[in-house]
Amino acid sequence: MISANFSAIFYLGSGILFILALRGLSSPDTARQGNYFGILGMTIAIVVTFLSIGSFSTTIIYVFLFLIIGGAIGAFIAFKIPMTAMPELVAGFHSLVGLAAVFVAIAAFLNPQAFNLGSPGDIKIASLVEMSIGAAVGAITFSGSIIAFLKLRGIMSGSPIMFVGQHYLNLILGVVIFALIFYLCRSQSSNLFWMVIAASFLIGILLIIPIGGADMPVVISMLNSYSGWAAAGIGFTLENTALIITGALVGSSGAILSYIMCKAMNRSFISVILGGFGADNFSTDTKNKKDQKPVKSGNAEDAAFLMKNASSVIIVPGYGMAVAQAQHALREMVDKLKKNDIKVTYAIHPVAGRMPGHMNVLLAEANVPYDEVFELEDINNDFANSDVAFVIGANDVTNPIAKTDPKSPIFGMPVLDVEKCKSVLFVKRSLSPGYAGVDNELFYRDNTLMLFADAKKMTEEIVKHLD
Amino acid sequence: MDIDPFIFRLSIFILSIFIGYYVVWSVTPSLHTPLMSVTNAISSVIIVGAIIAALAGTSNNIFDASSIYGFLAITLAAVNIFGGFLVTQRMLQMYKKKKNNKK
Repeated sequence: MISANFSAIFYLGSGILFILALRGLSSPDTARQGNYFGILGMTIAIVVTFLSIGSFSTTIIYVFLFLIIGGAIGAFIAFKIPMTAMPELVAGFHSLVGLAAVFVAIAAFLNPQAFNLGSPGDIKIASLVEMSIGAAVGAITFSGSIIAFLKLRGIMSGSPIMFVGQHYLNLILGVVIFALIFYLCRSQSSNLFWMVIAASFLIGILLIIPIGGADMPVVISMLNSYSGWAAAGIGFTLENTALIITGALVGSSGAILSYIMCKAMNRSFISVILGGFGADNFSTDTKNKKDQKPVKSGNAEDAAFLMKNASSVIIVPGYGMAVAQAQHALREMVDKLKKNDIKVTYAIHPVAGRMPGHMNVLLAEANVPYDEVFELEDINNDFANSDVAFVIGANDVTNPIAKTDPKSPIFGMPVLDVEKCKSVLFVKRSLSPGYAGVDNELFYRDNTLMLFADAKKMTEEIVKHLD
Repeated sequence: MDIDPFIFRLSIFILSIFIGYYVVWSVTPSLHTPLMSVTNAISSVIIVGAIIAALAGTSNNIFDASSIYGFLAITLAAVNIFGGFLVTQRMLQMYKKKKNNKK
């Protein structure tokens, strides 16, 4: 058995290793090393916990048993999961962190002696507040992530679910949770503790159902942040530095990602949370105009011809590429183009896909070198000097209306200046508007050629015609 | 007058938020997905609390209510730790530079 002071030093050490793990992600070269730091930090934290308890009764066998069961499930998922399913996986993992936080809080409430927090019915007020907050945030993370998971997985419709008074209900529930915690501190009644958890589960569901599919990058980042705050709440309860440091790191990480995502859509965090985006009336009046405008459409042969005669091509991938699993076919197409000495680069909008960095992972999976992939601000000036923009599965992030029409719901959103290219190839199933419900002006431009097909099939066709 | 230990923990917490803020801003956008999966894995350090709870049961009653919650939390956190780190590793292995990629 090691002393509490000694283990606290080790917990600090694992906290520092976690900081280094995140620091490593500043470049793909150092990222793998960073991940090892993270694993080391986790190992230290777990070993120190065993040593600090020191009572190696038969119980420890069960601890290892459950550790191995969970670990095996996790490892199995990690190796089997296809890269296109990363958003669901991350949402699913968030829900587990949330639920684990709830369980630890419940355990601490039922057996406070184990954590030096007092005795049942006489738990220190500060600890009670901390564990209630940890449990509440954990429960919100859990149920919110489950809803996000179901929406991303397609089990639940991605469209917003709204009803009258929704936001007032959330507000009331929030106030109720605070009131319950207040009375819990006065009466120490376990019923109140259960009610806090139940109300938090409910609020988690209600918070996420009104948020639509394409706002998922914000939702996932937000839930990431919540899972951190839940861990920090538990960290305060258990007086554990490793948990407090980690919770703060994860909490601020998720918050920054949410901010970056909101900014990339030119929307406020509040408006995303309130939800219902894409369900407004703007789309109806543009729909009427649509029929009058001519659209040029082509086939794979035209596209292959255009690209063969280009000297530079910029690929703009979006969520449609992920859905069609077209990244490997795309990479094949690019290889063919490169053989003809055509310069090919990729342009990624921050909110392309369903989670931050979604497109980058898919391209990396298809063996696209990361130094050919550029972020919006790094590549936007290159469109004017390029011959062909190949838009595959993206829509709203290329819409020039965001720069011109102040009435448009996406006005002010930073977009890729695809229209400045000499010609634009737009792979899409139909002319239907994107998530924002806004018609894309780009479809009707003279230099746009629409390729109506499934992203993967069309790309494969183009590959055939490139020979 | 003694300072409440809570204040020390609060200081650690606030300082860590600031560290997190600066560290995460330096993460390259192309690695935002691995960032999420690795933060997921490290937030499962909550397993520390789960282990304490699970081992707190007396030896003649291993599965009292509070240890059961401990065991459940251990399982969930273990899924996350192994799953999170391994899937991050798998993703990071895919990020290659142009030069290394020539066959």
